[in-house]
Amino acid sequence: MKSAVILFPGINRERDAARALRLASGREAAIVWHAETALPAGTDLVVLPGGFSYGDYLRCGAIAARAPVMEAVRAHAARGGKVLAICNGFQVACEAGLLPGVLMRNADLHFVCRMQPLRVERADTDFSRSYTRGQVVRFAVAHGEGNYTADEETIRRLEGEGRVAFRYCGAEGDPGHGHNPNGSRNHIAGLYSERLNVLGLMPHPENAVDPLTGCTDGLGLFESLAA
Amino acid sequence: MTFHARVTVTLKTGVLDPQGKAIEGALRGLGFAGIGGVRQGKMFEVALESADKAAAEAELRRACEALLANTVIEDYAIAFVDTVA
Repeated sequence: MKSAVILFPGINRERDAARALRLASGREAAIVWHAETALPAGTDLVVLPGGFSYGDYLRCGAIAARAPVMEAVRAHAARGGKVLAICNGFQVACEAGLLPGVLMRNADLHFVCRMQPLRVERADTDFSRSYTRGQVVRFAVAHGEGNYTADEETIRRLEGEGRVAFRYCGAEGDPGHGHNPNGSRNHIAGLYSERLNVLGLMPHPENAVDPLTGCTDGLGLFESLAA
Repeated sequence: MTFHARVTVTLKTGVLDPQGKAIEGALRGLGFAGIGGVRQGKMFEVALESADKAAAEAELRRACEALLANTVIEDYAIAFVDTVA
């Protein structure tokens, strides 16, 4: 698997993403600067990593979504190429129109930084085959704007088409407002594009790949991609 | 000629605005009993060169749709202001 991690000014998780990809696939990811107009030839997977692109100016992800490289990322996704968009990357993907909806300020206005149980909603995609449906995994969340929302019609379509990838839940897999860190609609933590080739999620699987940091639940996502 | 415009971006009706709610609560706490609701938005002062006002407005609309507003959750309004000599 050939991966490209996109680097926007203000991004800070690109090395974590590259490290997770190396652990799972044994190959080095290319780090691609935002001003590039093309992806390295043969790129299978594009990662939009987390951080604070452009200092979250205007709206989170809004300016990065209009960077030159995003035309190439859009074309890659349109060809069916895989895109993994994490945290600020998820915000970029929504702003760029790769995924529907928007990530708003957390409902309680607090930046949330903690380990978060998530329920795997489907295990039949290129991103999730190493998991089982209904499995509870723990990834770290660290965001102030993760409150996913979209119009009613879009939410109905996402649910009807089975495009919710992960849902915030309790330790036993029970979803509920007490476990939702940001007030997102239907406890959505991550979602797929129509063709299931783009995954956007707020939690950080790339920071749960090494026993050293206490949890390896995220490795499955990268192993699924590398398989 | 140079036009000066104020572009106002506000959350659409029905979109939850937790920041506006917090500000509203703080104003009530300060004794502003009559405050019935606060919605927070953004305002951009834009100077642009354009042949005429209609062209300037069309250009600003494109800027709003492309970047200044996220039309999933936000509305925008354009108003021209008098140039300060």
